[in-house]
Amino acid sequence: MSNPRSVFFVRKEFISARQAPASTIGVLGWIRNNLFSTPFNSLLTVALGGLGVWLIWGALDWLIFNAVWAGGNEACKVNPEGACWTFISTRFDQFVYGFYEKPERWRVDLILLVLFTGIFWSGWERAPARKWVGGFMLIPFPLIAWVVLYGGIFGLPVVETSQWGGFTLTLVVSLIGIIVSLPLGILLALGRRSKMPIIHSTCLFFIEFWRGVPLITVLFMAAYVLPLFFPAGLNFDQLLRALIGFALFAAAYMAEVVRGGLQSLNKGQYEAADSLGLSYWKSMRLIILPQALKAVIPGIVNTFIGLFKDTTLVLIIGLLDLLGMVHAAIADPNWSIRSVPTTGYAFVAITFFIFCYGMSRYSRFVEEKLNTGHKR
Amino acid sequence: MAGRAATTSVLNNSKFRAILYQLIMASLLIYLGWSIAENTIANMEARDIRAGFGFLDETAGFSIMMSLVPYEPGDTYGRVFLVGLLNTLLVAGIGVVFATMVGFLVGIMRLSQNWVVSRLATIYVEIFRNVPLLLQILFWYTAVLKPLPGPRQVFERNTEIYFGISNRGITVPEFIFLENFSFTTWTALLGILFTIGIHRWAKQRQATTGEQFPVFFAGLGLTIGLPILVFLLSGAPVEFTPAKMGRFNLAGGITIIPEFLAVLLSLVLYTASFIAEIVRAGIQAVNYGQTEASRALGLRNGTTLKLVIIPQALRIIIPPMTSQYLNLTKNTSLAAAIAYPDLVATFAGTALNQNGQALETLAITMTVYLSLSLLTSALMNWFNSRVKLVER
Repeated sequence: MSNPRSVFFVRKEFISARQAPASTIGVLGWIRNNLFSTPFNSLLTVALGGLGVWLIWGALDWLIFNAVWAGGNEACKVNPEGACWTFISTRFDQFVYGFYEKPERWRVDLILLVLFTGIFWSGWERAPARKWVGGFMLIPFPLIAWVVLYGGIFGLPVVETSQWGGFTLTLVVSLIGIIVSLPLGILLALGRRSKMPIIHSTCLFFIEFWRGVPLITVLFMAAYVLPLFFPAGLNFDQLLRALIGFALFAAAYMAEVVRGGLQSLNKGQYEAADSLGLSYWKSMRLIILPQALKAVIPGIVNTFIGLFKDTTLVLIIGLLDLLGMVHAAIADPNWSIRSVPTTGYAFVAITFFIFCYGMSRYSRFVEEKLNTGHKR
Repeated sequence: MAGRAATTSVLNNSKFRAILYQLIMASLLIYLGWSIAENTIANMEARDIRAGFGFLDETAGFSIMMSLVPYEPGDTYGRVFLVGLLNTLLVAGIGVVFATMVGFLVGIMRLSQNWVVSRLATIYVEIFRNVPLLLQILFWYTAVLKPLPGPRQVFERNTEIYFGISNRGITVPEFIFLENFSFTTWTALLGILFTIGIHRWAKQRQATTGEQFPVFFAGLGLTIGLPILVFLLSGAPVEFTPAKMGRFNLAGGITIIPEFLAVLLSLVLYTASFIAEIVRAGIQAVNYGQTEASRALGLRNGTTLKLVIIPQALRIIIPPMTSQYLNLTKNTSLAAAIAYPDLVATFAGTALNQNGQALETLAITMTVYLSLSLLTSALMNWFNSRVKLVER
């Protein structure tokens, strides 16, 4: 029996979807989900957020809003509660060129211009002739740069390396370290993986020795002991000795990075190269190294960043790089003002931060481009 | 076949070539070593530099501002070496502990759901990682700690100081442990032993019955709570002698020198930023399926982290962490820049400048760092082999 009283209702059309609750979407929802999801989380947000705002505001206030931008040391004495940028601008030339003779400074400018153009050119993916520029920057450029900076030919007067300093010296030390360490590191890594016991153990010992000692002792060694190793009469200047120590130190670290890349390759790649009848060097050059180096680009860039930061250590053996120059300038009694040391160090810190952070972002970018694995 | 072998040049025999290459390499090395040795001997004679390790028994004659063992200017260079080594080990040991704690905290903060927390951690990591360590040491020392007012401006005369900061560093009272304190020490030692026993027992019980035991809280009570109780019951046998401000200077108490503080602070903050990245990468490297699986089993967030994520992340974290510890130990040598009396500043610095025996001094210094490195990596390898995945 059907029930006459029952009414059947069948909806003919769909109800349109309702908006999600206002508290779960948009800015408000994001704030609620991310910042105030639990009482503990809210407490964290308020406490750390307050701390962060206080720190960042304090830093900006000190660095920018309350800073002294012009007017020499008198202006800084009047206002010691802000950064003393006029100290930097007064001495800026010294911080960049060191004691490089004034009329010859165009040579430094020229080299810096070529250097940064070359780096951006070879780093930018769609640039034409990228590989050629990269190759030029790796091998001929350092030699040309050394000749131009040192002088002595083409009518350029000689500028002794003891006059080099400031940011120029930082770049010279780091670039020589980087450029020498890469090929030497590759050779050492190959040697360490070699099956010939004498070559293997020599490379192993070399790598572990340099990695086991601090850079300072290496630089001390280069400064005090290295001259004893050469026959009497053969004398290198201080900078060149430091460069030798720094480059060997850098090569050992690079070797370990490259070895990581060599180990990550499938054994089949080696066997395939052998079965094609390639000689050892051919198989390395054509098959193994291109893949191995590509795999460790982030590691290589990280080593570069570490080396770049480590160049500051040359100040301990008396070479005045950027940090050394600033550190020496701070001691000037005319500038003995409370805000000057912090300003000087902040200036160096910002310079290094820009370069290191830039390099690390670039390596992250390359890493993501080469990453073909699955990501969540 | 025999005919083929005869026509092949001996130069194409890989065994022969291996021997040839190695012979060339070995003779080059021997020549290099020999010529370096010969040049060095000739140069040292020409410059009238002494050789040998006899200088270690000679009087150093300079004072060192901080030493863990008694030291006077009349002591030998060997003693200087010991003082420097202990100062290096002190700052490295404390640095490793604090850097690990800060690093783990920041690494976990970077993974937080909370935007403010993760952003602050990121800013911290990026700033401290990308600024040279030497710059940080100089900054903390020259720009922060040294410009602090001197003790005469900070402390009033004839006051007792329980905690004070001046350009001399941090001043705290000196602790003198009385005889009865040994009860507390023994209780703490027994507590540690008992905790290890309970940990083993609880593990076994969980394996057989599945029941869990609050090992952490029991251990906390045994190793910290009980010793405190014994300490109070035995009449708090520690005497404080606070520093006293004299006419010009502080007397008594313990003063932690600003050089030490600057080195420790910069080493901890710098290394922690690297450790934070290692911890973050290690936790992220654990497959997300592991988290999902443990949720499906009904484990809570904290338990998931403790039982599933961290044990797997540790395997990834430990090898790079080892190299960070090594770096920290080697980086203590940068203390020489602000004259913290570590091994490099005292032994390879002041002592070397006085006696001029660079070769021997630097060889000893490098050997020390090399053995420290090898020791640390051996310890960490042992630890690593304990936690690593047992593959079948």
